[in-house]
Amino acid sequence: MTNNYLLEFSNITKKYGSKVALDNVSFNLEPGKIIGLLGPNGSGKSTILKLVNGLLQPTEGEIKIIGNPPGIMSKSIISYLPERTYLNEWMKISDLINFFADFYIDFDINKANDMLIALKLDPNHKLKSLSKGNKEKVQLILVMSRKAKLYLLDEPIGGVDPATRDFILDTIISNYLSDSTLMISTHLISDIERIFDEVILINQGTIYKHDSVDNIRQQTGKSIDQLFREVFKC
Amino acid sequence: MPWEFDNSKPIYTQIEEEIKKKIISGALKGGEKMQSVRDLAKEAGVNPNTMQKSLIEIEKQGLIITERTSGRFVTSDSDKIQRLRDSFFEEKIKTLIFEFVELGCSKQDLYTLIEKHFDGVKKDDK
Repeated sequence: MTNNYLLEFSNITKKYGSKVALDNVSFNLEPGKIIGLLGPNGSGKSTILKLVNGLLQPTEGEIKIIGNPPGIMSKSIISYLPERTYLNEWMKISDLINFFADFYIDFDINKANDMLIALKLDPNHKLKSLSKGNKEKVQLILVMSRKAKLYLLDEPIGGVDPATRDFILDTIISNYLSDSTLMISTHLISDIERIFDEVILINQGTIYKHDSVDNIRQQTGKSIDQLFREVFKC
Repeated sequence: MPWEFDNSKPIYTQIEEEIKKKIISGALKGGEKMQSVRDLAKEAGVNPNTMQKSLIEIEKQGLIITERTSGRFVTSDSDKIQRLRDSFFEEKIKTLIFEFVELGCSKQDLYTLIEKHFDGVKKDDK
């Protein structure tokens, strides 16, 4: 290995048919950081996360996760929260937890159960009986209970109330391991910007800015939320 | 409850100020052991890396000392804490005076105001 990057994203172009979703995008991420992936709707955020996760193949360019292309190795160290649920509605929360524990060697059942208690979720309830917000909580618990190296969270807090949002942010802060990196796509910036180390601002498939949040605040005298509103003004 | 931050300024400098205030007010006493970075980060509602950065800044100024095996402590050097206190208050009062003078407040007006209101301002319930 020639560098310390957890994720290298080099000159990636992704086209869906003739539509260009990402246009020659490059960035590298170090271990131990929380990164916000911010951009307006349709800017390419989910595409980036799916490419890293190996769910999509780049049209051009190269992706490396700890020096390797996405594959079996990378899947074992990436914990991914997709934007839509893929879990079976008929399953009970306790079933889902056992399912994940069987599937992922790095899944920590105790941690999952602790979080269920903290978020007041009954493991005997079926997924289909839960509200949208509670479903999101269950998914987040499953994803955050893995001891992964790279967490990819696609809009993790969209459907939950502000109090729960704070709790989830606390859960993220206190549960992620110091050598893990978390990439969170969101448009709820003001609620969440206090936990970021870095942000990647993306617009129409290209990177507008990738910098540490405190650098941005120092240089612009603006919050990330303000900057976003100005840059991406409609 | 997370600490209050102004998101338009670097968070780490705000944490730095917050911790210094705790030292000045005596909420953190000289020689006292600090909570771990992770616990402090959780209390403040920020990323542990940001908390770490703030602590390193304060450490550079000699107000916090890291013992390799047992963690971080507030300095037990009372002169240092006194100097922090002096410079912190000086800084604040200068800003205040500047603002008042710019608006045409005289020294005598300022004295009168302080005399009139000082005892009326109660310490916030902590």
